[in-house]
Amino acid sequence: MPTMNIIQAVNDALRTQMRLDDRVVVLGEDVGKFGGVFRATQGLQQEFGAERVVDTPLSESGIIATAIGMALYGLRPVPEAQFADFIYPAFDHIVNELAKYRYRSGGQYPCPVVIRTPYGGGIKGGHYHSQSNEAYWAHTPGLKVVIPSNPYDAKGLLLASMRQDDPVIFMEPKRVYRAAKGDVPDTDYTVEIGKAKVVKEGRAVTVLAYGSMVHTAIEALNKAPEIDAELIDLRTIVPLDIDTVIASVEKTGRVVIVQEAPRTAGIAAELTALINEKAFLSLEAPVQRVTGWDTPFPYTLDLEYLPSADRVVQAMRRALNF
Amino acid sequence: MSLVEYKVDKGMFNAPFTVLREDDTADPALMPNISDEDLRALYRTMALTRAFDQRMITLQRQGRLGFYLGSYGEEAATVGSAYALKPEDWIFPCYREQGAYLWRGITVQEMANQCYGNAYDSTKGRQMPVHYSFRHKNIVSVSSPLAVQLPQAVGAAWAAKLRRDPVITLTYFGEGSSSQGDFHVGLNFAGVYKTPTVFFLRNNGWAISTPREVQTASETFAQKANAYGFEGVLVDGNDILAVIVATQRAAEKARNGGGPTLIEALTYRLGAHSTSDDPSGYRKDEDVKVWEKKDPLPRFQRFLAKRGLWTPEWEEELQAEFKAEISTAVEAAEKAPAPAVETIFEDVFSDKPWFLQEQEAELKASLAESKENH
Repeated sequence: MPTMNIIQAVNDALRTQMRLDDRVVVLGEDVGKFGGVFRATQGLQQEFGAERVVDTPLSESGIIATAIGMALYGLRPVPEAQFADFIYPAFDHIVNELAKYRYRSGGQYPCPVVIRTPYGGGIKGGHYHSQSNEAYWAHTPGLKVVIPSNPYDAKGLLLASMRQDDPVIFMEPKRVYRAAKGDVPDTDYTVEIGKAKVVKEGRAVTVLAYGSMVHTAIEALNKAPEIDAELIDLRTIVPLDIDTVIASVEKTGRVVIVQEAPRTAGIAAELTALINEKAFLSLEAPVQRVTGWDTPFPYTLDLEYLPSADRVVQAMRRALNF
Repeated sequence: MSLVEYKVDKGMFNAPFTVLREDDTADPALMPNISDEDLRALYRTMALTRAFDQRMITLQRQGRLGFYLGSYGEEAATVGSAYALKPEDWIFPCYREQGAYLWRGITVQEMANQCYGNAYDSTKGRQMPVHYSFRHKNIVSVSSPLAVQLPQAVGAAWAAKLRRDPVITLTYFGEGSSSQGDFHVGLNFAGVYKTPTVFFLRNNGWAISTPREVQTASETFAQKANAYGFEGVLVDGNDILAVIVATQRAAEKARNGGGPTLIEALTYRLGAHSTSDDPSGYRKDEDVKVWEKKDPLPRFQRFLAKRGLWTPEWEEELQAEFKAEISTAVEAAEKAPAPAVETIFEDVFSDKPWFLQEQEAELKASLAESKENH
């Protein structure tokens, strides 16, 4: 089985699906001839031609809006927003158009666009190459939000995203784009959207994470082997795998949620509310949130901003010692 | 004289392209080839559009309808442009194109159902009145935010081109929409990829209370196409024959690989923006009166009368027919039940995830509990 990093896995998923389905079109800035600034679309234009792997004008709203038009017509566009931080010119198209099209047309017009976008900090990108904006999408009814943490899931989840009928915001953790390596079958497979993965079983405390924070959580678990933690990689933010989360909380009674995005109104807040609603009597301690701060993402002090393994360990101890 | 020659002779944007002359005859050199039957059908659709709009506005004033947005004065622009398309072409509407829908064969009943948001509304009561969507006629979904449909129409045209389908897209918008970024984005992408798209700009002079002069310092809107590398055409939007010629030409060009065209149809919004505003607060009656004299419906009527295609008797028949048809439709729409409560949770996604199932159960339980307590 080949070893791939996340970029290679994404590339492999795109290539696999483009070979199967001629409705799949990739479009974005620098995605064609150049193969993308992170090389995720490398070689695709050579194989599928400039009509299906399209270098667009420099306009996120144009990329997303034309992708919406393509999807309405029956294609399966997979636009790339070069950085999640640059996606906001397309915000209206994502929130008011893409997300609502099926609903507002009474189910007449599905809009299956998969927006791929690298997100997150840790690459010395300042606040315009570091944001984790998943909460905006999760707060918008009609969007599925998928965030893989490793190459195997990246390929399987991207293939699954391109084979279902709803719009997907597919967020790729760029900090571990190349660092996260693993075995990826070169065969065709999917990972089900909406299913979390128990990375490590444990009985003392549940750690919930997604995207690059899964790696921070693993580091924390390795730093504190004396804590019998259960680590869950959520993999999908919308729809959340609530059953796996609640089953774990009922077992451990203690929860740490790790989220790179700012704290206020983030995914960790939603998870906390859901745990309160569904597993209140199982809780032995308040749910602990380890998050980015409610500040813009800083350039120099990025590591102080990002949740660290130490902060996760400290949060696990707070939960255990409550 | 063809439209091209006309433009060469008179300059591209000096005066709008017009077919109907002052004496209510058509310039024979410019007259499009339209059968008498079609000419009458076009008139009928324009008149029906106006009758429907008037009734809906009345219903809103009577408190029977929540909101309405009419197209008084712009019927030539919407009906004529729709006539120039083929049924397989896609329409990306703004929100004032009921004339185009009626020409495409959307029924008064279908439109009334949408305005009432009842169980038979094709959009399931999900949107305000006039935010139609009719997939069976290739009419996408109306959005309130302006100009978003332009780049979407470009994307769909691009898709048709990729699929080698002989399909074009036409998108409607007002002159106010040209101030949005999506106007630039749409025209720019269309120019770069030479998509088969017709941009149909209804310059009706007003964006709610904001006059045309506030939208742009350009002499015309049509000339903006120059910056995107394709043709812009200024046309008399109150002359249905001119609208047809210009749109047919743009559509044919798009279908033959010639790329996009921007059509500026110079017209006037004779009515209010919607039932939520009173134009007397922001414009002078005498200005409106100038345009009332150019009203496209009587203008076309006089042309037809001169050709023996319109008589007062026919008009009486039409009005009686419209009255009956609209009354029946409104009565049925008002009597129709509201969409079932569970439809709130449908079509958010292709399936119904657990949280929507839970919320649906929560709403139903709450409604049942309230009912019990009353």
